[in-house]
Amino acid sequence: MNACLKFDDLTLGYENHPAVHHLNGSLAHGSLTAVVGPNGSGKSTLLKGIVGVIKPMAGFIEHHSGCRMAYLPQHSEIDRYFPARVLDLVALGLWPKRGMLKRFTASDDESIEAALSAVGLEGFRDRSIDTLSGGQLQRTLFARVLLQDADLILLDEPFNAIDQRTLSDLVELIHRWHGEKRTVVVVLHDLELVRTHFPETLLLARQPVAWGKTQDVLMPSNLLKARQFHEAWDDHAPWCEPGAAA
Amino acid sequence: MSLHELLIAPFADYAFMQRALAGSLLLSLSACPVGVFLMLRRMSLAGDAMAHAILPGAAAGFVLFGLELVPMTLGGLIAGLIVAILAGAVSRLTLQREDASLAAFYLISLALGVLLVSLRGSSVDLMHVLFGTVLALNDQALALIGIITASTLAALLLIWRALVAECLDPLFLRSVSGAGPIVHFIFLILVVLNLVGGFTALGTLLSVGLMILPAASARFWMTRAFPMCVFAVALGAASSIAGLLISYHLGIASGPAIILTAGAFYLASMVGGRRGLIGSSLTRHRHRAA
Repeated sequence: MNACLKFDDLTLGYENHPAVHHLNGSLAHGSLTAVVGPNGSGKSTLLKGIVGVIKPMAGFIEHHSGCRMAYLPQHSEIDRYFPARVLDLVALGLWPKRGMLKRFTASDDESIEAALSAVGLEGFRDRSIDTLSGGQLQRTLFARVLLQDADLILLDEPFNAIDQRTLSDLVELIHRWHGEKRTVVVVLHDLELVRTHFPETLLLARQPVAWGKTQDVLMPSNLLKARQFHEAWDDHAPWCEPGAAA
Repeated sequence: MSLHELLIAPFADYAFMQRALAGSLLLSLSACPVGVFLMLRRMSLAGDAMAHAILPGAAAGFVLFGLELVPMTLGGLIAGLIVAILAGAVSRLTLQREDASLAAFYLISLALGVLLVSLRGSSVDLMHVLFGTVLALNDQALALIGIITASTLAALLLIWRALVAECLDPLFLRSVSGAGPIVHFIFLILVVLNLVGGFTALGTLLSVGLMILPAASARFWMTRAFPMCVFAVALGAASSIAGLLISYHLGIASGPAIILTAGAFYLASMVGGRRGLIGSSLTRHRHRAA
């Protein structure tokens, strides 16, 4: 099993307080992992750390060289006032391929069409983004992830505001990525969904509570442990010494 | 008065009118697209702040060398870039938003500028620094505006895709590329360059007008960024031509005449534009079956 990502004593956080504390382990190539845990347990922070939007406070993340990442954040920073069409937003997904300057080709056009139809948005190409519903925007962003053709796909609560029919379409898409041997990490709250569709699970409560096969991780004892974690910051907590595992 | 006398003769007969026309058309070509992105990034007022920030540099050039184009321009450029870079850096490195840090730096800069001008020179000179005069464009000033126009257009072409991505979805751009901050700085530099290019012709305060008014008008007509830029350039050019003619025939100051014409276009677009007051209220009560 070769690793796509390795966490080495990784600590991520804000204002000197850890949000992800002393995480060790690795993500195998082609694995499909759900990240679960209570509010404030560090799930989104972990994804941000992997993408590099926030930097580790301690430890590090080792990326497999040449690994292309696609990231769908929980709260996007999309400016819906900007005069753009669905097409323009989806086409951003070609960035890794075309970069800042290379022209889009006819085959790019086809892959945009294919991505839109894969998320059920045929006929939305020229719609202006300020007229999309929340669910339609989310599907547009899924289409963009498709276009990015990434080796590692990170989705942060991607099914918020998604109806049942679309949900099964999008889950189908995740299975397709899994089948294509891409590594997929999804932050989720719906444990039923996790049990049915995700072979691996990481249960976080700031510290990793359990990480491995889903049925082993989502044991009542582990879930109880995760639920008991204290969410608020402690301003009088002692400083963690480097290298000291919690 | 014949149509020829009204529209053609002023430009055909007088070299100073030709220079004024060339200068303001070149400025429209580069400042208007920059203005469109300023507006789309909700930074319209940042353009105004930046124009104030340029003042102390221009004033320092004026205090040291008198009313000379090169030192005043270089001074304005340096002051503008310092404020742009400081404000950008503070907003990226601390939790202060760019509007607040820009406001802080431009106010410091403006106070310095007024202090410098008051140390030497009469209020007439101050008026010249603040309001420029498009009719006094010499070869040097025209060449400078030409260089600024060419480099602005080249830079915009190069960074277009990244600039759109940075406006539309900055977090996405950060996740796939480190270009975001660089593109933002290049854009701020373009704003400063165009304000400096405009201040010899229109003055530090009015040069923002040519940047923002056509851009804000174009928003009422166009739904996509590129057509918006083209439309803004056309409006800027029309304002320049009409403003210069009005200034010539009525014997009024040329800078304000150009900006007021652009202002008139803005009001007309606001009322009559496709997405203006009348346009949106006409279509509001009609709907299709699906």
